[in-house]
Amino acid sequence: MTKSRLGATMGSLLKTSTSLMAAATLSVMALSDTASAQDQSVKVGFVTFLSGGAAGPFGVPARNAAELMIQSINAGTVPGPYNTPGIGGAMIEPIFVDENSKQKNADYLKLVEKDGVEMVIGYISSGSCKAIAPEAEKAQKLTILFDCGTSQIFEEIVTDPKYTFRTGGHATMDNVAAARYLKQQGVNLDSIAGINQNYAWGQDSWRDFSETVAQLNSDASVATEQFPKIYAGQYGSEISVLLTSKPDVVHSSFWGSDMEAFIIQGSARGIFERSNVVLVTGETAMQRLGPQLPDGTVIGARGPHGALAPDSELNDWFRKAYFDRFGTFPTYPSYKMAQALLGVKTAADKAGSAEQDAVIGALQGLEWEGPSGTVSMALANGHQAIQDTAYGTYKYDKDAGKPVLVDVVRFNAECVNPPAGVTSIEWIQGGFEGAKCE
Amino acid sequence: MLTATAIAVDGLGFAAWLFLSSVGLTLIYGVMKILNIAHGGFYALGAYSSAWAIGVYTTTGSTVALTFLLIPLAALIAGAVAGLIVERGVLKFMYGRDEVLMVLVTYAIFLILEDVTKLIWGTQSYVAWQPAFYFGTVEIFDIPYTVYKFITIGTALVVGVSLLLVLNRTRVGKLLLVVIEDREISGALGINVNLFFTVTFVSGAILGALGGAITAPEISVSPGIGAEIVVLSFAVIVIGGMGSIGGAMIGALIVGFARAASVHLYPPAELFSIYLVMAAVLAVKPYGLFALAESRKI
Repeated sequence: MTKSRLGATMGSLLKTSTSLMAAATLSVMALSDTASAQDQSVKVGFVTFLSGGAAGPFGVPARNAAELMIQSINAGTVPGPYNTPGIGGAMIEPIFVDENSKQKNADYLKLVEKDGVEMVIGYISSGSCKAIAPEAEKAQKLTILFDCGTSQIFEEIVTDPKYTFRTGGHATMDNVAAARYLKQQGVNLDSIAGINQNYAWGQDSWRDFSETVAQLNSDASVATEQFPKIYAGQYGSEISVLLTSKPDVVHSSFWGSDMEAFIIQGSARGIFERSNVVLVTGETAMQRLGPQLPDGTVIGARGPHGALAPDSELNDWFRKAYFDRFGTFPTYPSYKMAQALLGVKTAADKAGSAEQDAVIGALQGLEWEGPSGTVSMALANGHQAIQDTAYGTYKYDKDAGKPVLVDVVRFNAECVNPPAGVTSIEWIQGGFEGAKCE
Repeated sequence: MLTATAIAVDGLGFAAWLFLSSVGLTLIYGVMKILNIAHGGFYALGAYSSAWAIGVYTTTGSTVALTFLLIPLAALIAGAVAGLIVERGVLKFMYGRDEVLMVLVTYAIFLILEDVTKLIWGTQSYVAWQPAFYFGTVEIFDIPYTVYKFITIGTALVVGVSLLLVLNRTRVGKLLLVVIEDREISGALGINVNLFFTVTFVSGAILGALGGAITAPEISVSPGIGAEIVVLSFAVIVIGGMGSIGGAMIGALIVGFARAASVHLYPPAELFSIYLVMAAVLAVKPYGLFALAESRKI
């Protein structure tokens, strides 16, 4: 071996050793960081329906998604950019609470005062959100409403929010998009009818849908508007009225067991054949009812979730991880819970802390990627999310033995949501000023 | 004419469901003077048993016609087992206590039964639509109605008439009427009052379960359905007179037609209509339309 070759070899060894040492040092630092992160934890309260009629189709899928996401976030196994452990360096320590309670406010205050949570993520029912949003402001506790739909939350109940956020779109997005979809598909909108639950979500949904149709078709008339009690279960009389009034379109924002009962009773009596039926939350029934849900039903998922979610690495991972763990594909409540948790993680990581004030500062006006696409906290001074949405038409593929959505149409977030500073009803009645639909 | 017919058929259909769901409640109150809140639990157990049995059976690919046997069978088993456990396990130790206390006891049992249904069937909802579709529909003035709805109406009629016949035309029924009239004198006459209590409670539980079981094919059976039915059933038996089978029939018809009429003619009053009727009846007849006269004991 010549001197120069020896020198080169020594140099190479030295370089390799240096690289190895550097790598080892970095690894030790990373391990140290991980250990440090694992030492920190942040208590988060999760409130969804764990009992009652909304548990099966909504609360439990949301809870399942929370469990999956918490485990994956803490382990740092969510695809990038979420592949660092924890939120803001802290491990999530969940406390689950049942939303099906007669004392929602007391349960909330117990989470805040006794359990000492850093934040609360929850609430499926619009009724719950109407009760909790003012309580959150009063208690000065970061509270993220992940699912409920009424637009009243930031337009009427808490008009200057500091601690309350909603990481999913509200009813206006769902119902403006439903009407736009029908119009785009060439459905006759001269006569419309509604069957919606008699509380904030049902009333807001029908208002936004019927007002949007009125804007899209000045000849439209309302054949009948039915508001049965939530969890009524029996809709014989309402279906008779829908059949006798012969509307072109029947709109329903029913959800959970009420929606499934309406589908069973309505399809048995031919309402889906006589009118075009649009189900704002229909996606949650697709897998469960299969061929029993009539072909041609217009289906929404309260955002581009579930069967309407766009292809992406994050969505593929989420669907697979959820299926592997629970044996069924995630529906929109699961997507919305994952969306909320990823929003919190983005905010906490950006702030470098999971503490309330840091997360609030970062979450305001934040934009992040969820399994169903980009979410932007664009309304209510950065506290209310908007996102693109989609509708499709249901078809049961007999050969494949599975339900599919055809004629899927996607709508820009700015096409179906009011701009900041304008209430939903003003925006709709004003002819959707500023809407960007191309 | 179209609207009047629709109100008549819809009202009858709703009344049949209400009667089947509430007759067990009024029977138990009539005999035992217990306002049985656990009735909602029996209704839910019947609905879950029926939906589950239909679901399991239909996966075998056998004829749907046999599911019409599964519905009463599921109600019979669920109601008899749960009724017997509740009566023998809890209530027999509480007889003679204050009526208000018994309401609390049965409310506690209702909560336990709610959790029992969740333990057995989980929080997922069940759909068992096959029987509701099996016979198709009939059209009345161009409005399709499921034949299943008329089967429900027929079942309610058979149950109501059978109960009235048993109570008024059989020896057992007449003895039961004596127990209803005065349980102390009945005991003194040698009637086994406790046996009548057990049989009545189990029968009431089976009727409650039958209400749920026959409803299951038309709905999505999910946690919480029992709570809804207790409130409606209570309105029905209060209107008819607590403890009166005939009163429950009339109460169900009044509520059924009132609700159907409001849905067809003035939908905003739908929720209010039931309680408006109840308030109007109670204003005129504070103990309900067919309440049994009570003798005051000195």
